Amino acid sequence: MEDRRKGRRPVTVPTAPARPRPPGPGRPKGATAPSSPAALAAAHGLIVSGARPSLTRYIAALWGRRHFVTAYATARMHATYSTARLGQLWHLATPLLNAAVYYFIFGVVMNASHNVPDYVPFLLTGIFVWDFIGSSVNAGTRAIHGNLGLVRALHFPRASLPLSTVIQLFQQLLVTMGTLVVLLLALGQTPGPSWLLAFPTLLLTAVFCAGCALVMARIGSKSPDVSQLMPFVLRTWMYSSGVMWSIDKVLKRDDLPHWVALALKANPAAVYIDLMRFSLIDSFTARSLPHHVWPLAIGWALLAGVGGFLYFWKAEEEYGRG
Amino acid sequence: MADPTVIADDVHVVYKVHAGGRKGGATAALGRLLSRRPGPGVREVHAVRGVSFTAYRGEAIGLIGTNGSGKSTLLKAIAGLQPVTRGRVYSQGRPSLLGVNAALMNDLSGERNVILGGLAMGMSRGQIRERYQGIVDFSGINEKGDFVSLPMRTYSSGMGARLRFSIAAAKDHDVLMIDEALATGDAAFQRRSQERVEELRERAGTVFLVSHGIATVRATCDRAIWLESGVLRMDGPAAEVCDAYEAFTRRA
Repeated sequence: MEDRRKGRRPVTVPTAPARPRPPGPGRPKGATAPSSPAALAAAHGLIVSGARPSLTRYIAALWGRRHFVTAYATARMHATYSTARLGQLWHLATPLLNAAVYYFIFGVVMNASHNVPDYVPFLLTGIFVWDFIGSSVNAGTRAIHGNLGLVRALHFPRASLPLSTVIQLFQQLLVTMGTLVVLLLALGQTPGPSWLLAFPTLLLTAVFCAGCALVMARIGSKSPDVSQLMPFVLRTWMYSSGVMWSIDKVLKRDDLPHWVALALKANPAAVYIDLMRFSLIDSFTARSLPHHVWPLAIGWALLAGVGGFLYFWKAEEEYGRG
Repeated sequence: MADPTVIADDVHVVYKVHAGGRKGGATAALGRLLSRRPGPGVREVHAVRGVSFTAYRGEAIGLIGTNGSGKSTLLKAIAGLQPVTRGRVYSQGRPSLLGVNAALMNDLSGERNVILGGLAMGMSRGQIRERYQGIVDFSGINEKGDFVSLPMRTYSSGMGARLRFSIAAAKDHDVLMIDEALATGDAAFQRRSQERVEELRERAGTVFLVSHGIATVRATCDRAIWLESGVLRMDGPAAEVCDAYEAFTRRA
């Protein structure tokens, strides 16, 4: 080892920096021609480490890492229940058990099913779609802060992390939606052309969730305390989005101002849940949807998706700061 | 004159650390939140103080110094992973830290981790397929049976470390940084990994190595930078700097 090193030495050691230098800021720079480090860097085409790339470069880099984003999502999906005896079956069992609890409390005990036809499909659709939205926001908050080790160890567009989180949850949603379709058929719903509307609805919901996750990832990386608040915010959002009760039926009373019902029905979670119900459940008709529901759904998706991406990218070089 | 690959210009890194200890009551915390003052629990750690140097193509540079002298922080700053508080780091291409550990998942098989780690480092699926067998053979985890299909949590710590190094070293880099990775594994693996560092260095241009093993630095590096309390204390041929460092640690 020693001999090999000695043999190579004269070739690889450059003359200028190889002298021991006294410490301190005042010491002379090496004997190279360009006077300042910046000039030297410019002369040899060196760039500043860790600078934020332009938006187009960033999108290109993200596209280049698409395999990592999906592989990371799938890997986490597989790792979730890997130590459980029933394994991947829990991807199905957990949301169903969850739905059973809500059915017992809201459907049976509190009788929210009163006046709502097809309450079980109504509830299942609401819970599954909400699960995706709520978990995206919640997991997005921890996407950067919970992966600081990864952020500090490797180079990749940081948006990969919240996006792979949302893809992981979307895979989970596809599993539960598949189950839902089977359950709907078992409950006697007839498949029609309106079922195809589930696909654009899924797409818009996913874009909206990705945007929310990106926004929350930046906020969560700056102030980790936010993740402690999220359960409360999310619960409030869930209860006001008509996941387990019908906004229409409950707010039909005259003592509430009209705008309250309007605001509740135009909130993105309610829009996506109701669109999904509209496409899958026969008795859930267009009358239960707010006016201009598709422009509303597309608007929310674009606002969150584009806005969230830009907001996240603006702080790209700051993620990982202690 | 060789091309410079990394130029550090008066680099300062300050960490904000949320230290435990007395933080006062909830009202005090709320007051701090509103006034955006840092609380008494937040301490600033000035980990790197005004380090400047220029690294050239074909160099292997050892970073030495006692524990907590800022070596790893400096590496992260060079890699652009730890934002610098003051000063600039210029680099050729993308300096890569040989640290893929964080992307791997203990619950997945070694096989899937090789793919995941490769993707995390920015390799394409084709490249990974091409190098897969090489990575597994290099790590030697299949020497004692088919371990690569088992979850990584079932590996011994040495096996895990070997697989991690093999994955990380599978990619060619412009500027490569290795943080204490060579101390893992048995003697045979250490010899293999030292050879691999040589190879990487021939292709990479510049290799940075953080190590407490002065012998490793003497054997693999031709230049050494000695940091003490975040200040650059000495920069020169590895043998000279290591001698001075050893004299210093013996005295202390």
